[in-house]
Amino acid sequence: MALNTYPKRQLTIVAEAVLESRLIEHARHYGAHGYTTTEVRGGGQHGVKEAAWDIDRMIELNVVADEAVIDALANHLLEHYAPNFALSMFLSDVQVLRPHKF
Amino acid sequence: MDPVVAFFALGLVARAIRSDLRMPEALYETLTIYLLLAIGLKGGMALAADWQAQLLWQALAVMVFGAALAAAAYPLLQRLVRLGAADAASVAAHYGSVSVVTFAVGLNALRSQGVEPEPELTLFLALMEVPGILVGVFLAKRLGRTDTGTLGHGAWSGALAEALRGKSVVLLLGGLVIGALFGKQALAPIAPMFEHLFKGALALFLLELGLIVAGKWPDIKSAGWRLAAFGVVFPVCAAFVGIVLGNAFGLSAAGAALLGTLGASASYIAAPAAMRVAVPQANPALGIAAALGITFAFNVAVGIPLYWRIAAALGG
Repeated sequence: MALNTYPKRQLTIVAEAVLESRLIEHARHYGAHGYTTTEVRGGGQHGVKEAAWDIDRMIELNVVADEAVIDALANHLLEHYAPNFALSMFLSDVQVLRPHKF
Repeated sequence: MDPVVAFFALGLVARAIRSDLRMPEALYETLTIYLLLAIGLKGGMALAADWQAQLLWQALAVMVFGAALAAAAYPLLQRLVRLGAADAASVAAHYGSVSVVTFAVGLNALRSQGVEPEPELTLFLALMEVPGILVGVFLAKRLGRTDTGTLGHGAWSGALAEALRGKSVVLLLGGLVIGALFGKQALAPIAPMFEHLFKGALALFLLELGLIVAGKWPDIKSAGWRLAAFGVVFPVCAAFVGIVLGNAFGLSAAGAALLGTLGASASYIAAPAAMRVAVPQANPALGIAAALGITFAFNVAVGIPLYWRIAAALGG
């Protein structure tokens, strides 16, 4: 049987862990139904984030939702957080099986 | 020198020679929770046995002391260290707030000398955590900070909530309440865990801090000599004021020395997290380099024995 899939957008946010609760709050505010968070390590413009200290911890937050939700969320984060925080965002098109979940 | 301090030095050396030694983050978290609870419980048990009404105004006075330290640090950081307004406000908050591990090292050093400071010092530790952070937020806000995009709540309430529900305040006050409610006898079954293991846990924590401080060396170097000088001179002055305040409270020399240690200590757990969000344009590396890299190391190696000597001399 062929699998029915539905197009959605995924926003991957890599950011400072101190922002976690705020990012989730914003994602919910703009209409995302869910998210997944993992702790990550890495380095970039804001130095090496070895997760050796509370303030150096980084998270990766994934949100899958409709394009309008993702666009609004990404714009908000770009405007308010990108100037002062370690924050990277990637967008991808994904296929989901149960669209009501997202 | 107290043997636990040697573990801090071991951490520094291990990192300097690029050892693969690395403490798992979960252990560091566990040790933090353990130390906070152990300090809170012990203080609570002693406080319940020796409660005095004058503690109320003393509690108020130490909160003003914490706020005043941040307010005094701010112009010094701007004029002498030549930091920008946001950076100065952020670093000032670190110095207004307190460090639990510095307190623990001070407590341990005093006990090794055979003296026991008054139990209310634990209450003072919990109360001095937040006011300095609030002053830092106020200073940054007054200077027109950029919007952080928080939903509905401003930097004030955000920083206050962050600091109040942070693990250090919750565990210290929670430990104090549990210790005071149940008392020494009811808590005897858990004493082997929270009293007898304290020194060992502190040693492990200091090993971890040694690793972290040595890892922050590039930040410390780039922070410059002015900040390094501030990180040594300001705590000594703050300790002196704390010792005088302790004498005014009628504390023992040990109690006054520990209040001085509280004044001298700079927060590197609660303050960085709160200030990162409240003053995002400030460079977070500066506060940690100064508070942990310079002031903590100084207090552990030189400051704490010095404050004890000053308090003993002043206390007669």
